[in-house]
Amino acid sequence: MYEKILLAADGSENSLRASVEAIKIASMNSECKVDIIYVADFAKSKNEILHTQGKEALDFSRRQKLIPIQELLQAKNIPYTTNILRGEPGPTIIRYANEHAFELVVIGSRGLNALQEMVLGSVSHKVVKRVNCPVLIVK
Amino acid sequence: MLEKIKKEWFSNVRADILAGAVVALALIPEAIAFSIIAGVDPMVGLYASFLIAVTIAFVGGRPGMISAATGAMALLMVPLVKEYGLDYLLAATVLTGVIQILFGVFKIAKLMKFIPRAVMIGFVNALAILVFLAQVPHILGESTVTYIFVAITLVIVYVLPRFVKSIPAPLIAIIALTAVTLYAGIDMKVVGDLGGITKSLPEFFIPNIPFTFETLAIIFPYSIALAIVGLLESLLTASIVDDMTGTDSNKNKEAKGQGIANIITGFFGGMAGCAMIGQSVINVKSGGRGRLSTLVAGLLLMFLIIVLGDLVVQIPMPVLVGIMIMVCIGTFDWSSFSYLRKAPRSDAIVMLTTVIIVVATHDLSKGVIAGVILSTIFFVAKIAKIRVIEKQGDDFIHFVIEGQLFFASVEEFIDAFNYTVENRNIIIDFTESHVWDDSAVGAIDKVVLKYRERQNIVTIEGLDSSSEKMVEKLAIYKKTNTISN
Repeated sequence: MYEKILLAADGSENSLRASVEAIKIASMNSECKVDIIYVADFAKSKNEILHTQGKEALDFSRRQKLIPIQELLQAKNIPYTTNILRGEPGPTIIRYANEHAFELVVIGSRGLNALQEMVLGSVSHKVVKRVNCPVLIVK
Repeated sequence: MLEKIKKEWFSNVRADILAGAVVALALIPEAIAFSIIAGVDPMVGLYASFLIAVTIAFVGGRPGMISAATGAMALLMVPLVKEYGLDYLLAATVLTGVIQILFGVFKIAKLMKFIPRAVMIGFVNALAILVFLAQVPHILGESTVTYIFVAITLVIVYVLPRFVKSIPAPLIAIIALTAVTLYAGIDMKVVGDLGGITKSLPEFFIPNIPFTFETLAIIFPYSIALAIVGLLESLLTASIVDDMTGTDSNKNKEAKGQGIANIITGFFGGMAGCAMIGQSVINVKSGGRGRLSTLVAGLLLMFLIIVLGDLVVQIPMPVLVGIMIMVCIGTFDWSSFSYLRKAPRSDAIVMLTTVIIVVATHDLSKGVIAGVILSTIFFVAKIAKIRVIEKQGDDFIHFVIEGQLFFASVEEFIDAFNYTVENRNIIIDFTESHVWDDSAVGAIDKVVLKYRERQNIVTIEGLDSSSEKMVEKLAIYKKTNTISN
């Protein structure tokens, strides 16, 4: 089974569901490592700086979002690492996944309708199209 | 040192040049629009953008950040330009630079962290509202074609980026709509109607002002306001670029750099400027990280003006207005509406007060100062809440003090006790409190002495070491420890 899984998460409900699936797959192989990444979105940077007092508080609030996911992994004794990346979510996840030769990418889907998808753009669709390994999208 | 230069300038050459080019194109309409807001020729803003960007590329403290002529600064200049003219503005620009260098030298930039979030949110919102209001006169009362052109511009800048990503949409709007206007011969107000474009490099000259105390008295208030607002926006922008790139910047160096840039621009006929949030975000998004991106943005802007100056004056005003509306929408913090509902009431009031004062006075610095003062008052009021909890024992009364004891809370402290008891053992417990100043010690004295008047025995306990020291040194009750009378 897979030994190197990338879990792209933003702390949302969808990403929690994706984590549960990632754990199911990872538990099948005791050698499997999960790399959790969170993308600090360029488009939200101004807003987050304005609404957080200082750099440390902002860094903390980002790490905090991943705590529930880390707890899930810890509970199942799955080795993991956490990374906070910066950029536009789609392209950043794709670049990271392709550079580090993952065997599987797991990502949640926000479940946008056609209009929202046109305006907001679907991160998971972009990832599926351009990542060079299998992608599991979790609804 | 060499390693640092190499990293800051040449570690990202290709992407820096491309990003710089994108920014140069985005800077031109803004520099022109901000000149119009300030009431000066477009060249004043264009020269400022060229000179500030190029200077900051070398002396700024945040590589990859874009500084140029800005709306926040332009808005502050309006009354000065109207009453005294361009030369006074240039002199004020130089003085602004001098003040900013002093801010940098005395590390005042560090104090910026004391400006609360609510004030900063109010600042960007007020800025967006003022820049938007400055566009309204160019739309209302003009022809129907004006409305149509503004609308088309907005459609282009918001819809096109979904399909075309490589070319900035505002540039497409400008080229397409200027071409349409020229070919169809539509009669519309163009940039050229509001001032000319000089196709030459800026030249050094000393502003033509009388060097008297009177002149200083005129420009000084403007320069102070410009210096504060310029630094505020620059440091906010630097934090955003820090966050986007995950790197650190030197805030005091940036303050000094802004100062040097403003001094130079003032002597070369440009208006005061500062860092720009929108343009810096565009730069980083386009891949710009190093100093080269800022330099390219400035140089290319000047080159384009010299080569294409004749076409720039043909840009229809409604297109420029449309682009500025987009800039306002981008500047405004739209999460403010949920902030107003969710944030503590006092923060919401500070934010609204900042916005209202800026919009009423058209002066960003006044709003910021009012916001800071108001939030300080709220903070003191909040921290001045003190509670005295009374616990009756068999042969004693135990008072537990919760909160900070200082000048603002002493009155509440003194009034919280019941002084009618007689012949009792009274314990006042300061474990959950801290004694800050003379008036706090005075208040403790007053309470102790009042109880002693009625033959009570008072014990003070639980003081932390610094409170203890202060009480030891100042309290009177210690010196008259027997029951009086």
